[in-house]
This record gives sequence, C-alpha cells and structure tokens, in this order.
Amino acid sequence: MSAPENILEVKDLVTVFDTDAGRVTAVDGVRFEVKRGKTLGLVGESGCGKSVTAFSINRLLPQPHGKIAGGSISFEGRNLAELSVEELRKFRGREISMIFQEPMTALNPVQTVGKQLAEAILLHQKSSSREILQRSIELLTKVRIPSPEVRLQEYPHQLSGGMRQRVMIAMALVHKPKLLIADEPTTALDVTVQAQILDLINSLQTEMGMSVLLITHDLGVIAETCDEVVVMYAGRVVERAPVAEIFSSPRHAYTQGLLQSIPKIESVPKSRLKAIPGSVPPIETLLPGCRFAERSGRPHLPEHLNQRPPFIEISPQHWVEQCPVCVA
Amino acid sequence: MSLLNVENLKMHFPVRGGILMRALKTCKAVDGVSISVSQGETLGLVGESGCGKTTLGKAIVRLYQPTDGKLQFEGQDITHSSQRALRPIRRDIQMIFQDPAESLNPRLTVRDILEEPFLVQKQGTTAERRQWVGELLDKVGLASTAADRFPFEFSGGQRQRIGIARAIALKPKLIVCDEPVSALDVSVQSQVLNLMLDLQREMGLSYLFIAHGLSVVKHMSDRVAVMYLGKIVELAPSEELYHNPRHAYTKALLDAIPVPDPSKRRARRLLSGDVPSPIDPPKGCAFGHRMKHPKWEQSVGMELKLEEISPGHWVQKCPCCVD
Ligand SMILES: Nc1ncnc2c1ncn2[C@@H]1O[C@H](COP(=O)(O)OP(=O)(O)OP(=O)(O)O)[C@@H](O)[C@H]1O
Ligand SMILES: Nc1ncnc2c1ncn2[C@@H]1O[C@H](COP(=O)(O)OP(=O)(O)OP(=O)(O)O)[C@@H](O)[C@H]1O
Ligand code: SF4
Ligand SMILES: [Mg+2]
Ligand SMILES: [Mg+2]
Repeated sequence: MSAPENILEVKDLVTVFDTDAGRVTAVDGVRFEVKRGKTLGLVGESGCGKSVTAFSINRLLPQPHGKIAGGSISFEGRNLAELSVEELRKFRGREISMIFQEPMTALNPVQTVGKQLAEAILLHQKSSSREILQRSIELLTKVRIPSPEVRLQEYPHQLSGGMRQRVMIAMALVHKPKLLIADEPTTALDVTVQAQILDLINSLQTEMGMSVLLITHDLGVIAETCDEVVVMYAGRVVERAPVAEIFSSPRHAYTQGLLQSIPKIESVPKSRLKAIPGSVPPIETLLPGCRFAERSGRPHLPEHLNQRPPFIEISPQHWVEQCPVCVA
Repeated sequence: MSLLNVENLKMHFPVRGGILMRALKTCKAVDGVSISVSQGETLGLVGESGCGKTTLGKAIVRLYQPTDGKLQFEGQDITHSSQRALRPIRRDIQMIFQDPAESLNPRLTVRDILEEPFLVQKQGTTAERRQWVGELLDKVGLASTAADRFPFEFSGGQRQRIGIARAIALKPKLIVCDEPVSALDVSVQSQVLNLMLDLQREMGLSYLFIAHGLSVVKHMSDRVAVMYLGKIVELAPSEELYHNPRHAYTKALLDAIPVPDPSKRRARRLLSGDVPSPIDPPKGCAFGHRMKHPKWEQSVGMELKLEEISPGHWVQKCPCCVD
C-alpha cells in the first residue's frame, strides 16, 4: 500500500557484502520516499552507503557478493525485487535511469559518442539511422553541447570532463525516465560546469515531470536543488526533513556538525573551520546503537550504544534517529 | 621582498601530429603569468578546469622547464637552474598533488614515503629519521602505527594527510597545494584545512593554494588570483575580490557558486560553453565568445594587460567589461 504521491518507497533496506573477512552490512535499515516530480537529496560522509543504496534500487549490486538482505523497494507500487531479468531490462532507462559517479565507468572508451547514443536509443525504440542521427543531435543540443554533429564522431577521451558528464546525462535521459538517480553528478566538475548541469537537470524536471534522487556531498548543491534531504551516517538514515528545515533547524548532532563544517563565503579568511573530530568507524566495528557517539563529543551511556535508537517524526515531515544524547 | 616571484611565465607544450609526430601547433597552457607570494602568505589560484593551474604549479616547483619568463625564489633566479643546482631549493619548495592516490607509491609503506625526502637530502641517521617520521605523523594527526601500513589502507582524507606530512618533512618555505581538498567530503575537508592553517602559523609557511572551490579558496587565502585560459585576469585581496569583483569572468565564477542556504536560492546567470582551447586561443578577449558582450570585438587586436585599479587590486582591463 504505497501512497500515490510517492514514486519510490524504500523501506528498511538492508544491503550486505560477503567479503573475505566475513559479511559486512553497508546499508542498515534505510527508509525514505521520493515524491513524484520532486528532488530528494542524499548526503553523508564518504563510505556511509549512498552509492550502495542507489545500486540496490537499480539492482546493480556487484554479483554475487552484494545482496539485499532485508526490506523492500517499491516503484510506483511495484516491488523491484520481484522483477525478472527481462522486466528489469525494460525497466532501466525508461522507468529509472542512473548517472554514475564516474562518467568513464558508464562510457565506452573505444566507441564514438554517436555509436553509444544510438545503442541507448535502440534499446527501447526501433529507429532508422536518420531518426537516430536526428534524435542524437537533439539530445546533445539539449545538454548544451556545442557543435553536436562533430561531437558524435568523437571518442570520450576527446571531450573535456564536463562534456563527458553531459553525454552521460544525455544517455540517461534518452527515454525520459520517470526517476533519475544521479550519484555525485557534479563533484568532479568546477563550479561553472556544475551550475550548467544542475540547471539542466532542473529544467528537464520541470519539462518532463521527472523525479530525482540526488546523491552528493556538496551541501551547496543540496540547498539549491532539493526539496527534501536525507542525511545518512554509517549505513543508516539519521535525519530527514524538507530542505529549508534541515538547514534552519538540524536536530541530530551529525547533521549539525556537517552544516557547521562548510566553509562559507562570508566567513573570516584564515579562521579555523568547525570540524567533526575523528572519522567514521570502520564498517566491521559498527555498534547496534548510536553510531555517532564516539565523534559527538557527548558522553553516551552503554544503553545508548547497544540499542538502536527509534526513528521518529519529531515534527511534521521531520524525522530523526532519536538518540537521546545526539538529539538534545 | 617576496619569497616567490613569477614574472611573465610561459609554459607551452608542443602538440604533435601527422605520421612524423612533428610539432604542429603549441598548447599555450600558461601564457604570461606574473604573481608573487610573500613569507607566511597564502595566494589562492582559481579558474575553470583546463585553464592551466596545475601546469603553473608544476612550472613553479620546476617539474617543468618554463618556456619563457622568470622564476625567482628568495631573490635567486631559478628559471634555468640545473637539477643539481635545484637540489637545495627543492628542500624549500614542495608540492601537494591533486590526487593523493596517484602521488603516493602504493608499494611503499608510509614510513618509506616519509623517509624518502630525508634520504634524498642525505639528512639524519636511521634512528633520527625514524623519530622524524613519528613526529611528522603526530603533526598531521595520524597515529604512529600508521608508519608501517600502506597508502591504500587509509581513507581519502588520511591519504591527503600523508601527502601533507611528506610535503612538510623538510620544513619548506613554500608549498604549492594543487586541489588539496577537492576530493574530500566537507567534514574531512575542514579537518585538512585546519591542519594547513595550523602548520602555516607554526612554521611560517607560504602557500600557493590551487582549487576550483571558491569558498574554500577564499577561506584559505590572503589574496586570490583568477586564471582564465593561461592568463591571470584578476588579482586582489580575498575580501576585496569577493565583494568587489571587476572582471566579467570573476563575476561569472562567483555567480556560479552554490550557496548552502535554501532561503538564498537564486536564478543563476550561467556561463555557457567550455573554456576555449589553449591550442587555438581566440583573438582578443578570450572570454568574449562566451559572454557574447556586444562590444567584445573591440578587444580583438588589443594587448590586454593587468592594471592596478585600487591598491592591491589588479584586473585585466578590457574595453567593454571593466567600467
Ligand atoms: N563491493 C564491495 N564489497 C565490500 N564492501 C563494499 C563494496 N562496495 C561498497 N562497500 C562498502 O560499503 C560501504 C558504503 O559504500 P558506498 O560506496 O555506498 O559509500 P558512499 O556513501 O557512496 O561513499 P562516497 O561518498 O565515498 O561515494 C563502504 O564502507 C564500502 O567499503
Ligand atoms: N604535459 C602536457 N602536455 C601537453 N599538454 C598539456 C600537458 N599538461 C597540461 N596540458 C594542457 O594544458 C592545459 C592546462 O592543463 P592543466 O592541467 O594545467 O589545467 P588545470 O587548470 O589544472 O585543470 P583542472 O582543474 O582540470 O585540474 C590543458 O589544455 C591541458 O590539456
Ligand atoms: S573584454 Fe568584453 S568580452 Fe572580454 S570579458 Fe570584458 S566585456 Fe567580456
Ligand atoms: Mg559513492
Ligand atoms: Mg589541475
């Protein structure tokens, strides 16, 4: 029974990896919803499980050692775990599309841009070569690549970093997906190209009513593009709220620390930045209770460390993992 | 007197092609840059991908032989110094590289990596070097047990600290920092930036701080230089540059920064297109074809030079954009 305003519902997702050293839980009971036509931001420190969450949704976990061990993911009310390989093939690109952290992992270095776009088009749509050419040019124009006819003949390495990223975005958008999962689409880019790409995603969203799950560690990007934000820490969601609320009244100590770490353009040059001390505990040593305890600088009792804090809605739309110490 | 003085520096690369791989054209990666850095100062360097920041940094630490211009360190001309003559200077000028993973040899332990500069400079006994490695790790906030591990066993932020430890090993006077935090998430980033500020205060270090994140550069720098297609187009004290940018390109860069405050969301004025190619740079103002200023053609055929428009504020004065 999923709410019709949600295009995607992730419930208590658990994703594990079987490694030489035993089983590790990369995503440990994550839940969130992406609303139709809206952008949900996913933030959190490196290694907290953002990409693994995205791969779980798209059923792209490395096989055989990565697997979903619990919870459910439903897209427009359908359980994604139950899709057959054939159904999945039809699904990808048309229902859900993904932009990867590294453009070169998604582009084939020995094929021209034109060839790769043609393949993406033919995946779901029979077309003549004239139609393909026309459509490819139209797509590259849409992602604002100048002289698209020339670029179609070129190989990825002949393009600048920003252009490669835009080609990948064009490929992800060929079939006007209902949901776009964008994993750090702009981190490797400088501010100007970054602004172009975010603006593009934004305008396509308005044009096609697409929903977006945007993964990034740049809080400036979150502030400018998202409607709602999910904050992850060590495999779990610690806080979730509408974007204005996350920035104005963060409740969890980790979210507060994260927001205070941003160097602001109006800060005094060469003053010390606030920083969260320490680093994320290694994945094998995670405790069942509050995982931010060690870095919070606040004394936790054994019961806080051994028992998982409840995830509660403390004010309308604002959810937090309520460790009584970290959420004061 | 400034510690480092760079005058009209040029770094051109031959672009080879054809069956004979002859140099057909030149890539003017750095094309006439003049900057200086004083003792204890941080000069920030910003600009879009491909504008020549890394190339300038590498020319300054003399990993490249500059094509033209002059490099002075503590008053000494080092533009054409031989590798041998450079050895004592290498102690004083260090570089932190853009990608820590790339610059740390994966087959060496952290101890080997940190001892290497002392060995090259023939400093210390085995026991002394051991002690120094311990001190360096302590300084950058890593446990002494880190010494016997390999770089891949660390997180990105920790690897970046190893790079910093290596750079400060010989107590240099100047460090060229090439995107030292771009790959790190905010909380790790602020730890590394604080460390760099502390080391500067303690050791009187000077930095040339290269980055594409403008808020980070502003935070770290006393003065900031804006680079576009191999040239500096504006240079000013940090606060001045951010509050009173004069060149159209600087304004565009500042405008593109996403602000971490949802209540200040604004419609950005976007720069379109990529940085033009340094192989066939456009004539006149290289920014003209992107901003499409109605009068930019006036700049074609003019020599665009930096001018000091108020104390310490330099800008490339062109006919149509700087009022
Ligand atoms: N194939 C794998 N085998 C074992 N562990 C893995 C694998 N892939 C990811 N992990 C672990 O899962 C955790 C989450 O990784 P993930 O890539 O989701 O992080 P992330 O939040 O996307 O980080 P980043 O911001 O650095 O991209 C990490 O601790 C990582 O080491
Ligand atoms: N060794 C080289 N041989 C030939 N061309 C080079 C070489 N190194 C750099 N270039 C060219 O010089 C120009 C400037 O490159 P550089 O790496 O200095 O840019 P950058 O400003 O550091 O960019 P980024 O922000 O992407 O690191 C580019 O056009 C690049 O292709
Ligand atoms: S000279 Fe003209 S074209 Fe160039 S930056 Fe200034 S206003 Fe723009
Ligand atoms: Mg990731
Ligand atoms: Mg560079």
